[in-house]
Amino acid sequence: MALPVRKFDAVIVGAGGAGLRASYELSKAGLKVAALSKVFPTRSHTVAAQGGVGAALGNMGEDSWHWHMYDTVKGSDWLGDQDAIEFMCRMAPEVVIELEHFGMPFDRNDNGTIYQRPFGGHTANFGEKPVQRSSCAADRTGHAMLHALYQRNVHTKTQFFVEWMALDIIRDAEGRVLGVTALEMETGDIVIFQGKATLFATGGGGRIFASSTNAFINMGDGVGMTARAGIPLEDMEFWQFHPTGVAGAGVLITEGVRGEGGYLLNKNGERFMERYAPTMKDLASRDVVSRAMATEIKEGRGCGPHGDYILLKLDHLGADVINKRLPGIRESAIKFANIDPVKEPIPVVPTCHYQMGGIPTNYHGEVVVPKGGNPSSVVPGFYAAGECGCASIHGANRLGTNSLTDLLVMGKSSALSMLDYIKAEGPKHRDLPKDAGDFSLSRVAALDGKKGGANVDKTRGEIQRTMQAHCGVFRFPDMLVQGVDKIKALADSVANLEIGDKSKVFNTARIEALELQNLYETARATMISAEARKETRGAHDRADFHQRDDNNWLKHTLWYKEGDKLEYKAVNLKPLTVETIPPKARVY
Amino acid sequence: MDERAVERLKWRSRRGLLELDIVFERYWKLNGGEMAAAEAKVLEALLLLPDNDLLDLVMGRARAKDAASAALVEKLKAV
Ligand SMILES: Cc1cc2nc3c(=O)[nH]c(=O)nc-3n(C[C@H](O)[C@H](O)[C@H](O)COP(=O)(O)OP(=O)(O)OC[C@H]3O[C@@H](n4cnc5c(N)ncnc54)[C@H](O)[C@@H]3O)c2cc1C
Repeated sequence: MALPVRKFDAVIVGAGGAGLRASYELSKAGLKVAALSKVFPTRSHTVAAQGGVGAALGNMGEDSWHWHMYDTVKGSDWLGDQDAIEFMCRMAPEVVIELEHFGMPFDRNDNGTIYQRPFGGHTANFGEKPVQRSSCAADRTGHAMLHALYQRNVHTKTQFFVEWMALDIIRDAEGRVLGVTALEMETGDIVIFQGKATLFATGGGGRIFASSTNAFINMGDGVGMTARAGIPLEDMEFWQFHPTGVAGAGVLITEGVRGEGGYLLNKNGERFMERYAPTMKDLASRDVVSRAMATEIKEGRGCGPHGDYILLKLDHLGADVINKRLPGIRESAIKFANIDPVKEPIPVVPTCHYQMGGIPTNYHGEVVVPKGGNPSSVVPGFYAAGECGCASIHGANRLGTNSLTDLLVMGKSSALSMLDYIKAEGPKHRDLPKDAGDFSLSRVAALDGKKGGANVDKTRGEIQRTMQAHCGVFRFPDMLVQGVDKIKALADSVANLEIGDKSKVFNTARIEALELQNLYETARATMISAEARKETRGAHDRADFHQRDDNNWLKHTLWYKEGDKLEYKAVNLKPLTVETIPPKARVY
Repeated sequence: MDERAVERLKWRSRRGLLELDIVFERYWKLNGGEMAAAEAKVLEALLLLPDNDLLDLVMGRARAKDAASAALVEKLKAV
């Protein structure tokens, strides 16, 4: 069946920070741009970001992009590509100042410059001392960013398609990407969005874990679509965990609680961080604290009837300090943990926070795959930016505030690459393959026609619990092997989902089933890649290979959906203009 | 209340902030698919608010503008 086709110069899937930054650049240049989003753009997950955006503006004292680069390379545990990292850190001040000109209400210093706050891992003079590098707009940085960018897009006439869900990538016989199929929620219609160039800015897939700080929308759609289109996924084993998400809910309890004197306890009432990090104790870096908590739980010292959480104690601070210095924490704990922290400790667990891996790109935002001996051959017409992309800037571990920097820099950089490509493509669109759209139609038809299939909520829950138990911060060889089997065993359910509601208009059951199929690819890529990587690097710790192993593992993973094939490609240790920052132990 | 309209509201309860997702998940579990037209109208308006403003209401850091939304906010606070 031929589907209706809508033609644009550029098709942008996702209208969070990365998508909006890119669509603005393209529509400003006079191009016809479609931006698709499952939800209203300013309700994208970027709205959750509070901590700020990192850039070496040097407003609070001396700073340089080169120091920012050093911190990012070190943060990545040397798995980040140093060309991409140099590119981001050099561009960061420019994109932040641009944002200021777009009307972003940054907090200010008395002299009128943008105020910058300190953030873990950001240092001056190559690790010498902390530096203030994070620009923010009170505690609404992400919100303010989305609003500023959305207004710009309205001005430059980006065409928004809100409550549209992209389903699959369309490629021609040469592998060029020509757009996507998408489902309009309001009508249930499926339409082809054809673009001379297509950008994925679909955000992360943090919902693969049972415990996640991510909003429900972060189902890994872009990553799933990419995998189904035969393109590999890079470094999917690397996920950042935040040490203190409320057990069972995921809601984040800020690091500030420990900064103010709160600390963690195991079931024996022991302040165990003293054993793991005698100097920094509860204030050690995110990965160190997360790993310590996971070890306590694994070794049977977790709290609660199932021994599966840790307690965050702050009642000793007193109601006054809690109310004054930690606003919102008490309400959050009462609402989401059913606990008043003035009286009782909060149950917390290391909680999935950020996806470091994703769709492989270079720092121009072009999607790259191995082909004919070239490890980074460009997939013509296809681009990715933001949390779904892997340039790779964050390597094995992201530095706080670098994600907003990444989405601004890579959003803009992809758009500039797309501009060139679209110009070179000329005025006419290429011919779509005859069967474009058939794949998506058959997927939706299978869902609608299924009787006696698997339940969506139940299957999602099984995926999430499997990931949480077998592939968390702390990774054990036997658990990983079992995890691979369990995840593979779920393939059948995912391929045979059944939905009760068969109507066309706003069928949320159908949408959730389609999302689940993307979540599954994201989870499977993660589990398979994690089982294979026999070392400890960045965000995770492998019990049987406790050290980073640069001789064997200083390389990026590429996972292909077809046959769960794994390939590896070298990390680019060569920056654009400066000297290589050579690997060394990552200690803070 | 038309079932499709309820489904639309359910989708719009998908937010950018996890806290709100959880509140609405609880709300919909309590309410099922049934909903009075009047409440649906109020909910529709609330869902148009920016996420942070909506969270402030639900966490009791801000007050709703009118009695009808205040009543619904109380319901959301209680879930
Ligand atoms: C609680 C929290 C706090 C954070 N704080 C910070 C911080 O202070 N600083 C920092 O740097 N980072 C922070 N991060 C990380 C950062 O917020 C995210 O990495 C970043 O916002 C992701 O932006 P994005 O543009 O890539 O994706 P998103 O903002 O997630 O946008 C994704 C877009 O894609 C759309 N989409 C997805 N799938 C489809 C589909 N199939 N069809 C159509 N549209 C689709 C969505 O509708 C949405 O518009 C935080 C994260 C969390 C969870």
